[in-house]
Amino acid sequence: MKDTTLVVAGMLALSAGTFAFRFSGPALRQRITFPPGAERLLQAAAVVLLAALVATTALAKGHGFAGFARPAGVLVGGVLAWRKAPFLVVVLAAAATTAVLRLLGVP
Amino acid sequence: MRDIALACLAVWITGLSYGAIAVASGFPAWFPAAQSALVVAGASEFLFIGIVAAGGNPLAAALAGLLVNARHLPYGLALPDVTGRGWRRVPGSHMMNDESVVFALAQDDLPAQRSAYWACGVGVLICWPGGAVLGALGGEFLRDTSAFGLDATFPAVILALIVPALRDRTAALAAVIGAVIALAATPFLPPGLPVLLALAAVVVVLPGRAEARAQ
Repeated sequence: MKDTTLVVAGMLALSAGTFAFRFSGPALRQRITFPPGAERLLQAAAVVLLAALVATTALAKGHGFAGFARPAGVLVGGVLAWRKAPFLVVVLAAAATTAVLRLLGVP
Repeated sequence: MRDIALACLAVWITGLSYGAIAVASGFPAWFPAAQSALVVAGASEFLFIGIVAAGGNPLAAALAGLLVNARHLPYGLALPDVTGRGWRRVPGSHMMNDESVVFALAQDDLPAQRSAYWACGVGVLICWPGGAVLGALGGEFLRDTSAFGLDATFPAVILALIVPALRDRTAALAAVIGAVIALAATPFLPPGLPVLLALAAVVVVLPGRAEARAQ
């Protein structure tokens, strides 16, 4: 690590800014009363964010494609979750599918 | 409760690889330990050490990390009551992460939401730095999360928990559109921005839209 002071300053800036993001959502909601329609919209927004996070973390590595093994595992997990399989089964099946596909030489 | 423990185990394993990668990139062991406890947001921390290790400016790395973490603002807007009131809001806000938010959203009423959020928040706050410290000391063999398909567990955990919300057709439509927007933007935009851009998909749940379509 080259310049310890600068790197620590960067880390502290990231910590403080992240905390500010975390803190201001609930703080804003306490100060401003949103109409019921907006509340529904905000709930939907969280689900959309999480779905986008699933898609990007399953399919992308940096700016490129992550390969087939990982999204295939996530897809198997998703189908099992849709069919109301237990959470443990969903997560283990996703990891196992990805691992087996890689063993078979799928990227 | 068992589900939360499993999600935290996955976080712990990712923490192991994060600590190992940070040390292998030339950071002293205390750095991933401190960052994991203070930031508690994995993707932004991987990005930070990646940029700095590649010779980037640490303040630019912090800005890139903040872009990735901006999603916590809409998370807090969607779940304002789980963090608690008064002084509790401070630790309560620090507990906010993808896992604690998704476990809270999967519950039906506020008391259940609150306990899921805090249980998962505390679990992640222990497991993420705990894994990072162990990984920093543990060395090389922990660096590759693609072994055993562990890289598939994060998206699978989140997906399993939003599936109940996706049984609502409008929510599912918004989620799919959002996912497509994020994926389409990923090759071109810095990390974090594609997921925020996906928020545009909530227009499909705008009040009145459903009625307009029915006519």
